[in-house]
Amino acid sequence: MKILVCLKQTFDTEAKITLDSNGKIESKGVSMIMNPYDEFAVEEALRIKEKGEGEVTVISVGGQQTQDALRQALAMGADKAVLVDPGEIELDEFSTATVLAKTIGGMEYDIILGGFRAIDDGSAQVVGRVAELLNIPVVNVVTKLEIEGGKALATREVEGGSEVIEVALPAAFTAQKGLNEPRYPSMKGIMKAKKKPMDKKTLADVGLDENQIAAKVKALSFSLPEARQAGKVIPGEAAEAAKELARLLREEAKVI
Amino acid sequence: MAHWLFTEEHELVRKTVRNWVEKEIKPYVEEWENAGEFPRELFARAGELGFLGLTYPEEYGGSGEDYLAGAVFFEEMARCGSAGVAAGLGASMAIAGPQIYKFGSEELKNRFLPPTISGKKIGALAITEPNAGSDVASIQTTARNMGDHYLVNGSKIFITNGVRADYVVTAVKTDPAAGHKGISLLVIEKGTPGFTVAKKLDKLGWNTSDTGELVFEDCRVPGENLVGRENMGFYYIMQNFAWERLVMALEAVASAQLAIDVAAEYARQRVQFGRPLSKFQVTRHKLADMASLVETARCLTYHALSLYVSGRDAVTEVAMAKLYACEIANRVTDEAVQIHGGYGYMMEYPVQRFWRDARIGTIGGGTSDIMKQVIAGRLIK
Repeated sequence: MKILVCLKQTFDTEAKITLDSNGKIESKGVSMIMNPYDEFAVEEALRIKEKGEGEVTVISVGGQQTQDALRQALAMGADKAVLVDPGEIELDEFSTATVLAKTIGGMEYDIILGGFRAIDDGSAQVVGRVAELLNIPVVNVVTKLEIEGGKALATREVEGGSEVIEVALPAAFTAQKGLNEPRYPSMKGIMKAKKKPMDKKTLADVGLDENQIAAKVKALSFSLPEARQAGKVIPGEAAEAAKELARLLREEAKVI
Repeated sequence: MAHWLFTEEHELVRKTVRNWVEKEIKPYVEEWENAGEFPRELFARAGELGFLGLTYPEEYGGSGEDYLAGAVFFEEMARCGSAGVAAGLGASMAIAGPQIYKFGSEELKNRFLPPTISGKKIGALAITEPNAGSDVASIQTTARNMGDHYLVNGSKIFITNGVRADYVVTAVKTDPAAGHKGISLLVIEKGTPGFTVAKKLDKLGWNTSDTGELVFEDCRVPGENLVGRENMGFYYIMQNFAWERLVMALEAVASAQLAIDVAAEYARQRVQFGRPLSKFQVTRHKLADMASLVETARCLTYHALSLYVSGRDAVTEVAMAKLYACEIANRVTDEAVQIHGGYGYMMEYPVQRFWRDARIGTIGGGTSDIMKQVIAGRLIK
């Protein structure tokens, strides 16, 4: 069983997001992590591999610092990593998916996994687009995945419940929270991660040039949410304060 | 930004430990403080994740003898805000285990290291006695060589993990007339007839770790439980002090840093005279002083650590790092309490615990006075 996991390096969930003088998101000095939804995908890939035989390859599109996220996946137990560095160009979901699909097109695979979305731009498009380009089925927001004899049973979230889908392999699946609890990288795994293959490619290596992946959409501006208002403390006797609280909730906050 | 001393791998270890501390330790710290110990299962969990094996080779279940990775582990452990947790794990992994690993027979290593590294067994090192603290050579616990076994009599005090340790590496006099040249180390297992835990001691800080008083009465310890050679114990103890003291310095720096972070956050929120404390120069300068002290201590500690891991003589620098880092941790945590004002004196706020926990630093693992003795001894030949 050959399993490919598409993963992205994103800002740490603890990171404080600021905009630079050009109104772009400031990435300097921000600590980076593996996108948490992709972590579910890596974990699921490892579990499928551990149930039988298989090989897990993690793939990312990004700069050299993206190696940290790939190495984390290797330390968790993935076998190989592929990093395609597109250079200093603006990417959108189309660009990333095109690079991934072109890279994957030259590889063997039965299963493609990825987080259903990244916690930064949250577009939830990339794995779906990759599946489309590769002409294979995709099942989104999967919370349970069983693989048997060339097909998969995937449980996915639908409004108010869940549905179970059977699909023939090869197929792509996107991970939703609840799919599993990702493991910590093992200490031995960390020490060995550097010895595992990390295939670094350029756009030209995968047979693409900048024009072929030029972004189709462009972000015009970014804005930060308004600062939260300070809370209000209602002083006085409990009974009086409760009355005042009820009044404020009804008349000001309009929630009751 | 990562310090030059640490590699990508170390930073990944850091991230992993930090994640674990955040998820599996921090939420329970208050509960464990009140219970007076952290659950025994934490040893097994830390073992399962490979943390207890960072400084041991693979043949015993470790991940390679990487003291920088070990250093990262203890730095991150300190971020949980309850120093007793690291004290307990450390007493087994970094204090008891190394005596067996560095000086023990292959048989002893095979018996005790794998379970120590997997966290299935808890170790302790027992040197201090009611009448022998800094003056290690004056210990009075005796072990009479009876041929195939030793007969141990005496008592030990202030022993971290003493209450629940599965084995205690115990300093004994095998030649009572020979001073420091008459000390040996014996591994004494829990349940050995004649070995009892007299009591669990109440402490000012480190409350998540258990500290015991141990008693040996005609305790028969098999001869093969001798660590290394007879009468070499003092030298073995002294050799691992470097690592123990480095760990204490690293923890002191990380704990002091935590106190600064917490105090700075408090200063941002606490409003007096119409402004947050963080807008007052007096508070800003106090925090700047605290941060400068901690950075100095960190640099010195990393320097000592770099000497230690490169295998060079680090005795002086390690003593300086332990002395300085632990002294400034007292000052910095004290100032952090001060910034908190009345709230800092309340048990509800964790800053009082940082202050209490820091206090052991200048006492345990060799007092500040002994550190100065070591440094002066190297200065004045």
